[in-house]
Amino acid sequence: MSGHMNLTLKIWRQKSDKEKGKLVTYPVQNISPDMSFLEMFDVLNEQLITKGDEPIAFDHDCREGICGMCSMYINGRPHGPKRGVTTCQLHMRSFKDGDTIVVEPWRAAAFPVIKDLTVDRSAFDRVIAKGGFISVNTGNAQDANNIPIPKTDADAAFEAAACIGCGACVATCKNSSAMLFVSAKVSQLALLPQGRVEATARVKNMVAQMDEEGFGNCSNTGACEVECPKGISLENIALMNREFFVANIK
Amino acid sequence: MSNTSTKFIQSSLGKKLLMGLTGLFLISFLIVHCLLNSFIFLNDGGILFNEGAQFMANNPIIRIMEIVLFFGLIAHALQALVLTLQNNKARPVKYTVKDGKANSKWYSRSMGILGSLLLLFLVVHLSHFWIDTKAAQFDGTIAEHNTYLEMIEVFHNPINVAVYLLGILALAYHLLHGFPSAFQTMGWNHPKYNGLIKKTGTLFSIIVPLIFAAMPVAIFLGWIK
Ligand code: SF4
Ligand code: FES
Repeated sequence: MSGHMNLTLKIWRQKSDKEKGKLVTYPVQNISPDMSFLEMFDVLNEQLITKGDEPIAFDHDCREGICGMCSMYINGRPHGPKRGVTTCQLHMRSFKDGDTIVVEPWRAAAFPVIKDLTVDRSAFDRVIAKGGFISVNTGNAQDANNIPIPKTDADAAFEAAACIGCGACVATCKNSSAMLFVSAKVSQLALLPQGRVEATARVKNMVAQMDEEGFGNCSNTGACEVECPKGISLENIALMNREFFVANIK
Repeated sequence: MSNTSTKFIQSSLGKKLLMGLTGLFLISFLIVHCLLNSFIFLNDGGILFNEGAQFMANNPIIRIMEIVLFFGLIAHALQALVLTLQNNKARPVKYTVKDGKANSKWYSRSMGILGSLLLLFLVVHLSHFWIDTKAAQFDGTIAEHNTYLEMIEVFHNPINVAVYLLGILALAYHLLHGFPSAFQTMGWNHPKYNGLIKKTGTLFSIIVPLIFAAMPVAIFLGWIK
């Protein structure tokens, strides 16, 4: 078929957290440029199952760029070569016939490998559990105009809220720092009056948990911002730096 | 929500702030150092330069600042070491393929190496000038001490000139990341001012090292006698 590609995949195989992994080479034929990267993995896994081999474990859920599950480090970059997309939204047309593609899991002490390309990102959940919420009694939603919020703040909070918790920021950071993720959550709530009430404890607790989980220290290389599929800005990190400082001198 | 956090300075953000603040303090020293040394460009046989050096050697405030500076430098270097060790631990298994240049500058990823080079350079630099000055201060011959002549002598040696130029190059790249980075760490990130911070940082990282580099070069080429 015209335009279809033959590729060489080098994929990280690892039985469990306890065992050592290695790159295994798999040639794939006849890949349509319109397939998503994950669909190509489906094709490969079908072939492996037919041959009686163990299929490659990889995370995915929504396949439309909103759940943040599809963590793959592709040719040295999280979610592959395109900006602003997750692996599920990456199409094979971003590669060319004959390419060799190396696929590895997110690598960070805080994200241990479960199997092959799947990693345990529950460290993020534990950070969120420390303050990524507001404590309110539920009830009827308030009238929208009861709490006036400046448009710029609302926009910034909305942009911070776009974080899908995919972990690409940690994966690409040379220090495995989780600053972009944590700061997106801190900003989203710190910018809104509903979140201000608990802002002091929130930033302290979330930062403490982030450190506890073994993420590295931010050195402002800015790699996270470039690789974040949702375009979360470094401004959030600066805002968290301010919030954290102010919270500590209070 | 109750507060369960540890001390500020033990947190990753606290440690980073110390890096940024000590870095800015060291930058402020660079400005003074650069301005005073620029007296050699007057080419007056070192009269004003030596007066400046004498002033620095005798002024009590400067003497205190010298100690503060020393501690600032130690804090900056030690903290960097602690952070680097922690960061290495945060990724025990490295990537087989990592495309760093796709998302960041090489010097931003090499601050540790650049800093170590600077530290090595500093050892050489202090052994050239600072130790002699200190000795003169202690044995009371500081009034006759001629730093200018010392400088002329050191920079007639091409190896010394090369070492200084390399050290200054490391300084330039270290500043190119460190200057704007310190502001980000202090939380100064605003679309309105980011351009200004970045531009000032870049200009500073080019101009100051260039002035420093001009000193050994000018002496070596005999423009300054
Ligand atoms: S900040 Fe971006 S890269 Fe990091 S978890 Fe959120 S969406 Fe993913
Ligand atoms: S599978 Fe949900 S973002 Fe990719």
